[in-house]
Amino acid sequence: MIAALICVVSAAIFLQFFVSYCRSILASSRNIALSDRVREVTGIADQEVGADDFNRLLQLVRLCPERGDDQSEIRAVGTYYGLLAMLNRVSRPVAPRFAVWVEQERKSCSYFAAVALDRRISYSRDLFTQQITDRL
Amino acid sequence: MLGPLDYMIWLIGFLVEIGVVVYLITRKQAFRYFPICFYMLCDALVTWGQYYCVHHFGFESTTYVYFYYYTDSLLNVLMFWVIIKFYQETFAEMGVSKYIRGAAVMLILLTAVFSYAVVHQNRTHLTSHFVVEIGQNFYFVGVVLTYLLWGAILKLRETRTRLIQLVLALGIYFSADACTYALRNLFPGLEPNFLRWFPPLVGLWLPLAWAYTFTHIHDDARLEPARLMVRAR
Repeated sequence: MIAALICVVSAAIFLQFFVSYCRSILASSRNIALSDRVREVTGIADQEVGADDFNRLLQLVRLCPERGDDQSEIRAVGTYYGLLAMLNRVSRPVAPRFAVWVEQERKSCSYFAAVALDRRISYSRDLFTQQITDRL
Repeated sequence: MLGPLDYMIWLIGFLVEIGVVVYLITRKQAFRYFPICFYMLCDALVTWGQYYCVHHFGFESTTYVYFYYYTDSLLNVLMFWVIIKFYQETFAEMGVSKYIRGAAVMLILLTAVFSYAVVHQNRTHLTSHFVVEIGQNFYFVGVVLTYLLWGAILKLRETRTRLIQLVLALGIYFSADACTYALRNLFPGLEPNFLRWFPPLVGLWLPLAWAYTFTHIHDDARLEPARLMVRAR
């Protein structure tokens, strides 16, 4: 009986901590404005980043050279996005209000991916500039 | 029997734990985060000790089993010290450090007594049952303490991103482990093929998450904790 209670309570608290942790990672990118360059590359010139853009943006991120310091956060947000995508499918017909929240969270994940892409593009350009300078 | 994945998890865990200690020492933050530094060092020693036990006595040996459970309980007690440190940081301005310390010691003693009382009726497997029972209860007390701390952080509008992420990572660690221990108590049959993977993976999570926080989140980074709350709009 005690074990069952501990199991249920721990699972519920785990979910809450996990969501908060992922949101704390997402929060770091929320206030960063996307550059014109990344808007041009991704085709999100005027409108905001869509909830379904995450996987496409992640593919673009993987095409860029790795910076080495953003892998773990991208992986954590990727797991969170996967969880949200599953919740989105389940909650849409059952709990529309919750589905709205899930959609917002998925948008935040996509925005995070766009910021990561922006950073990687800047990093690639820096690398390229450095190589050119070294040759000269 | 252990496979390459088990050894890989061990190796990564050991390296990351040592990495956190080295990072804190080289950045001259070891004293400030002394409980974390000490915990990571002890965790690394325990990881090495587990490898030694498996190598010399075998994975199925009672030596390894007792080493695993009892060091796990000792690490849990050390982890309470880390939680006390987080409480002290959160309530620093209120000057209630000694009350926090006293309450934490009382809670640890009560948990041990409660665990002993639970298994006292089951005398035939007292020692082996006791270590699982106390493990489950220690982790659950950890969950409760971390949850209360998280509540205090939200209530006091604590904005230090580093502290927030350290506490959240700890909450994930404790709740995942408490859930795993409870599942092991409920369904012992799931242990050999399924549940045995959880403790090493969760054990790997904490040093990885803390390493990420220390290396990526600056000491002066700020975050609005209310934004982390889950609310349907």
